[in-house]
Amino acid sequence: MHTAINKYSLVCNATKNMLCGCFKRRSSHFVYHPERISSELGKTSKKNMYQAINSAMDLVLSKDPNSVVFGEDVGFGGVFRCTSGLRERYGEDRVFNTPLCEQGIVGFGIGLAVAGTTAIAEIQFADYMFPALDQLVNEAAKYRYRSGNLFDCGKLTVRTPCSAVGHGGLYHSQSPESFYAHSPGLKIVMPRSAQTAKGLLLSCVRDPNPCIFFEPKIMYRLAVDDVPDDDYELPLGKADVLIEGKDITLIGWGTQVHVLLEVAEIANKDFGISCEVIDLVTILPWDKQTVTKSVKKTGRAIVSHEAPLTGGFGAEISASIQEDCFLHLESPIRRVTGYDTPFPHVFEQFYLPNKWKCLQAIKELINY
Amino acid sequence: MLSSTISANIEESLLQGVNKVNCTSSLDINEPSLNSPVPIFSILNDTGDILSNCKSIIIPENNELIKMYKSMVLLSIMDKILYESQRQGRISFYMTNEGEEAAQIGSAAGLHVNDLVYAQYREAGVLLFRGYTPEKFMNQCFGNVDDLGKGKQMPVHYGSKNHNFVTLSSPLTTQLPQAVGSAYSFKRLKINRCTIVYFGEGAASEGDAHAAFNFASTLDCPIIFFCRNNGYAISTPANEQYRGDGIVSRGPGYGIATIRVDGNDILAVYNAIIKAREYVMNNTRPLILEAMTYRRGHHSTSDDSTAYRSKDEIKEWLDKNPIIRFKRLLEKNNLWNDQNEVEYANETKKQLMQSFTIASKKNKPNWREMFNDVYHEIPDNLLEQMNSLEDHISKYSDHYPKE
Repeated sequence: MHTAINKYSLVCNATKNMLCGCFKRRSSHFVYHPERISSELGKTSKKNMYQAINSAMDLVLSKDPNSVVFGEDVGFGGVFRCTSGLRERYGEDRVFNTPLCEQGIVGFGIGLAVAGTTAIAEIQFADYMFPALDQLVNEAAKYRYRSGNLFDCGKLTVRTPCSAVGHGGLYHSQSPESFYAHSPGLKIVMPRSAQTAKGLLLSCVRDPNPCIFFEPKIMYRLAVDDVPDDDYELPLGKADVLIEGKDITLIGWGTQVHVLLEVAEIANKDFGISCEVIDLVTILPWDKQTVTKSVKKTGRAIVSHEAPLTGGFGAEISASIQEDCFLHLESPIRRVTGYDTPFPHVFEQFYLPNKWKCLQAIKELINY
Repeated sequence: MLSSTISANIEESLLQGVNKVNCTSSLDINEPSLNSPVPIFSILNDTGDILSNCKSIIIPENNELIKMYKSMVLLSIMDKILYESQRQGRISFYMTNEGEEAAQIGSAAGLHVNDLVYAQYREAGVLLFRGYTPEKFMNQCFGNVDDLGKGKQMPVHYGSKNHNFVTLSSPLTTQLPQAVGSAYSFKRLKINRCTIVYFGEGAASEGDAHAAFNFASTLDCPIIFFCRNNGYAISTPANEQYRGDGIVSRGPGYGIATIRVDGNDILAVYNAIIKAREYVMNNTRPLILEAMTYRRGHHSTSDDSTAYRSKDEIKEWLDKNPIIRFKRLLEKNNLWNDQNEVEYANETKKQLMQSFTIASKKNKPNWREMFNDVYHEIPDNLLEQMNSLEDHISKYSDHYPKE
């Protein structure tokens, strides 16, 4: 299905990114905005996103003896290193490889959760999660509902790397969150940073519903924050207003949040436009209240995501905004997204909803 | 042309993927037909006699034998009532267990009550044997207020936490990898709890069957894969489903032990399950148990099996009725007679009809139940949708069922 060569070349390039700042600049389409240090959460250390995720799983494994971590190549640390050192610390019966079979990994994880074990499954790339679609959509999402709450698999969390990485092409770049967003019963989360990744992953693991945790893979090494060493949870189903503004609301999640943050700075500096930037954080169930409150204030909205336009989650948000904020709108709602093509390899810079496309959209809506 | 030949000495293989293996200079194709079919273990013949060459078999105590027999009869009477009620439009759907009573009751009797069961959909007998009452089956089929599943699923999608029977779903074979996960959980907790998962030979064609076999084997999971090879997947006969030697032939490929048993012989199934359970628990390994049986009824109430199989074929299997076979054994041992049969059948029918009437008169759950149990908590979007339906119903109440 997927070749080892592709996987490892991505990992190697990610390492290069760390080692060579100039390469990083050229290969990424955004500027990472580190999180502010939150003093409430105690002592912090500099960690990138994969280390923050590793730290979250380390905490789970150390505190909950009936918890396991598994997936393809997870034993030696995972191709993106998220599970490194865990097998050595917690034993090979708790951190282990599975055969190469995504439907098996998710089905197995559901069964662990049904039996009361905290299950953290890794699907090596979100692009390869589709063989598990049946287990996720027909099984995990519906377990509680169909049994009248006799059985559930809330102890299952599926982690998977997603989104653009600079050179991933069709099958190492997709952002398939909207496929899963059509499945009531699942919670779908995508962090924007190292700091939020740790707190949100801990919340997903402990949430009594099955969760899919999408990890924007370009940030594994690139996103470095002051990450609290201790255990902390960030709320699911709650969007974060990162910049307050009055002229237009920009909504995104994952990597795209950083594109929007940079665009907001440019729009403000160069054109005096005040943007409100919202990280949706949780795709399902999503925080409509925060979004509509913001759009009622600004009167304009752009939703931006890497996934294709048609049927993307931006469509859902746009529809809700027009329904709830109709009389407050000063312009149409705009979606700035990937195109309705497969994710292209050498055309990635043309495909992505980058800051210039977002900036053009902002100007058009302000002057509408 | 090569001027010299390389000697084919036996060496420790450097290959990761095989055990110690010989090399050979002979280029042969390994035809599967060279392996003879796996024999079928059986105890009872058609006349209800124990085969003379059966050694060290376990025969349950007399009261257990009678309980097993009564469960088979009860299952078959419940099937008739619910099948007919669907035909009369009282319930929306039904699936009978006809012909497979021995496989179900025999396996249930050989398990421990706290062993976790993942079923497909034709295992009502397992749940019945564990004490799930006919009333509960009927509540589920009507989807009434007392249905444990709260009216969410079609008839026959049973489940009970108290009976360690995971609620079924309609997608085929999804339960297999899940059962493996539960088996792994129990193994780690070091509790003496076995997992059994039931499926048909048709379901074994799904990718999830492969996933489950391979995970169970590589992760050393104590699980019994119980295949009810009943000859048909809806209309597709087993010989169009696979070309190997049934489902047991999958075992060696995955490194999994197997047993093949006569699924219409309740004592054979009972003994096979006891042995299988002992094997999986003592070795912390999976086992595939293939019960050869025959689905004598239609696939479901949406199916007419005479469209794809002959009446003669069905009749031939009627003579191999697992209930009659077992009854003959009991009769020969003076544990059952015709009078017992008539009394038990009449009493059972009477009770079941009473349960049926009660279940049919119970209300459906409140429509608000539709929004419950999607999540552990009701999120805002669902509250909003529930309120909007509330508002709509208040304006159009004539067009909706009354509570």
